[in-house]
Amino acid sequence: MNQQRRALIKYSAVFGLMASAGLISVAQAEEWNKAAFEGKSLDDVFKSLGASSPDKSSAVTLNAPDIAENGAVVPVGISTTLKAEQMAILVEKNPSTLAAQFFLPAGTEPFVTTRIKMGQTSNVYALVKADGKWSMAVKEIKVTLGGCGG
Amino acid sequence: MSDPMRVRATEKDGIVDVKILMKHDMESGQRKDASGKVIPAWFISALNVKAQGKDVFNAQFGPAVSKDPFLNFKYKGAKGDKLVVNWVDTKGDKRTDEATVS
Repeated sequence: MNQQRRALIKYSAVFGLMASAGLISVAQAEEWNKAAFEGKSLDDVFKSLGASSPDKSSAVTLNAPDIAENGAVVPVGISTTLKAEQMAILVEKNPSTLAAQFFLPAGTEPFVTTRIKMGQTSNVYALVKADGKWSMAVKEIKVTLGGCGG
Repeated sequence: MSDPMRVRATEKDGIVDVKILMKHDMESGQRKDASGKVIPAWFISALNVKAQGKDVFNAQFGPAVSKDPFLNFKYKGAKGDKLVVNWVDTKGDKRTDEATVS
């Protein structure tokens, strides 16, 4: 193995550690989080968000319908009484689990509403990061017409 | 250049309610065209909102956000705040729109 390649491996290991230790600045972390959005399962996404096992919390509210007639447009909202820094919407059975991630600076209310696509009936997870800890709420949304097909 | 966003912001009791409607197809990369070829993914990946030059909201979208994305959030602000909304999509297209809080 040549010297350059060794150095490269060393650097990438160091950067990996820095990222996981939170030393890389917020601005860099807010580059599109490719790993998280390409995660195919809940565990993948939890891991890339740095939320190994979020606790279910009654402080997090997921506002969504029980039944969505059209999976292409499902209104989903998150609100919480916690001091949220980040929020994320996950759909367990979508081809890519993470639908959206939000960053809330101080002064922004812990409240977001958007509309997402769902391929089929699935559990939807609302994740909230407050004080460095992730909490979540889960709700099953029934879809009568999928939103990912043609 | 893509179509303009619709941004509506209203202040009540020191809280500004911001509603944004973006015009974008948000192709998921899952759909197929008439000849059976997969239509490549093309969606808004990041959105930033500034009020009076200060960040008030950042979002990252995956392909699972609906066509013509809608977003509603609230921040502590005042009437007359200047909002600047920016998004960028996976092809590098950008769009900036401005609004004033009423």
